[in-house]
Amino acid sequence: MKTRWTAAMLLLPLAASVHAQGQDALYTRSLAATCAACHGTDGRVVGDAGVAALAGQPRDTLATQLRGFKAGTRPSTVMGQLSKGFSETQIDQLAGYFSALKP
Amino acid sequence: MQRRSLLASGTALGLLGLGGCATPQIPARARVVVIGGGFGGATAARYVRLLSDYRIDVVLVEPGDAFVSCPLSNLVLGGSRQLADITTPYTKLASTHGVTVVKDTAAGIDLARKSVRLASGASIGYDKLVVSPGVDLQLDQVEGLAQAHAAGRALHAWKAGAETVALRRQLEALPDGGVFAISIPEAPYRCPPGPYERACQVAWYFKNAKPRSKVLILDANPDVTSKGALFKKVWAEQYPGLVEYRPQHKLTEVDARSGTLKFEVQEDVKAGVLNVIPPQRAGLVAVQSGLANLVANHWVGVNYQTFEATAAPDVHVIGDAIQVAPAMPKSGHMANGHAKVAAAAIVARLSGWEPNPAPMLTNTCYSFVDDRSVIHVASVHEYVAAEKTFKAVPGSGGLSPAPSQQEGSYAMSWARNIWTDTLG
Repeated sequence: MKTRWTAAMLLLPLAASVHAQGQDALYTRSLAATCAACHGTDGRVVGDAGVAALAGQPRDTLATQLRGFKAGTRPSTVMGQLSKGFSETQIDQLAGYFSALKP
Repeated sequence: MQRRSLLASGTALGLLGLGGCATPQIPARARVVVIGGGFGGATAARYVRLLSDYRIDVVLVEPGDAFVSCPLSNLVLGGSRQLADITTPYTKLASTHGVTVVKDTAAGIDLARKSVRLASGASIGYDKLVVSPGVDLQLDQVEGLAQAHAAGRALHAWKAGAETVALRRQLEALPDGGVFAISIPEAPYRCPPGPYERACQVAWYFKNAKPRSKVLILDANPDVTSKGALFKKVWAEQYPGLVEYRPQHKLTEVDARSGTLKFEVQEDVKAGVLNVIPPQRAGLVAVQSGLANLVANHWVGVNYQTFEATAAPDVHVIGDAIQVAPAMPKSGHMANGHAKVAAAAIVARLSGWEPNPAPMLTNTCYSFVDDRSVIHVASVHEYVAAEKTFKAVPGSGGLSPAPSQQEGSYAMSWARNIWTDTLG
């Protein structure tokens, strides 16, 4: 009984960090899912209408383009209006998420 | 004896899954059951699977053979698209994503026992339930409408499918010089710009095929409820003399025999083709189960952070059936977004995590003003914990400056991508 209790205590810090990782990853996936209706699930766009594929693009390219839309320096129909709805932190999270995916 | 053998063959068919057809055996329970395979329900089913890395089993209950998109269905009325172009089967949800698709109607929900009763008689227990029933079209709220609709004299075509094609046939049969009258109910209703896009599509058809005909818009609302300035400019410039807009026309009666619409205040209108969009409330199963607890039991109250119904624990209600937060339209894009917030909350809870404290929603709504040119309205919504609601992010969102073919190409791309995001 005593041994088992000690083992459980040793495992606790690891379990807590895995716990937080899974939770945060889910929040980021959920944020990135707001792009999917136009850019495809996980940024893998269907078709060739000129809508950007996001999966696997370099992190800096994605962040710079989103900030360009937000500032109005990059021309667009919809993205200028949508990018203004996302914070600087969210833009970095989105760029990080999509850049880590396979195209 | 004959009866006995019929029963026996029925059982055999059941066991074989109707000769290899898509209907699987109905499971007695699932961790997640989803009612309704529209933009909301199908997306929720798919995203619970995706976000749980396929660990959580999902059953989707949907009576339809295939998903027919309401967005783009006005193009079928205009004649530039066919119903097949906007129809997608449910097969990939099952084959690629492992969702168990049960072709049946949810006849009731036992909220206390956490189980869904199917029209066929079977029941499915759940840990978490997603209800995405869409809207109930209340034909009984206008005198004579139910009879006129049944007789095919006042179709709504507000759920895309066979009725869309039937209304198209009526437009084709209308003589040049005939009138198409569309009646719009008071907001809120599914797809705020939809009726005005429809007026454009019918006008585009008339302009090419029946130039002496006319589109008459009879709106219960005080003004065009979405993209008003843009639509009015299109009617004036692209369809002069073809489209007439009349606000403050609240429909009270339909006389099928004479083809007459009667209004609360304004004078009667006769037309060759009547298109009456009925008043709406949450889909029937949400009303009958007591989930629709707001605005005289018309819409479902939800906790916007997770889309859990305020009337029952472990039940998430999404899509057109909910009481929306300010500036949130009842749209397919929104339902797809609700679904992902609800799916993430379900996966979080079943994993022992807290739901996302700050979910986001986007909306992009494209309207075709002819066969190619499009206008949009877009918005971004953030959950504001202090006020327990979604609010449009200040400074975000907006409208097209004018119709364009570039946006037409984006609109078609949007449709293909959201259908894939919803159905796999």
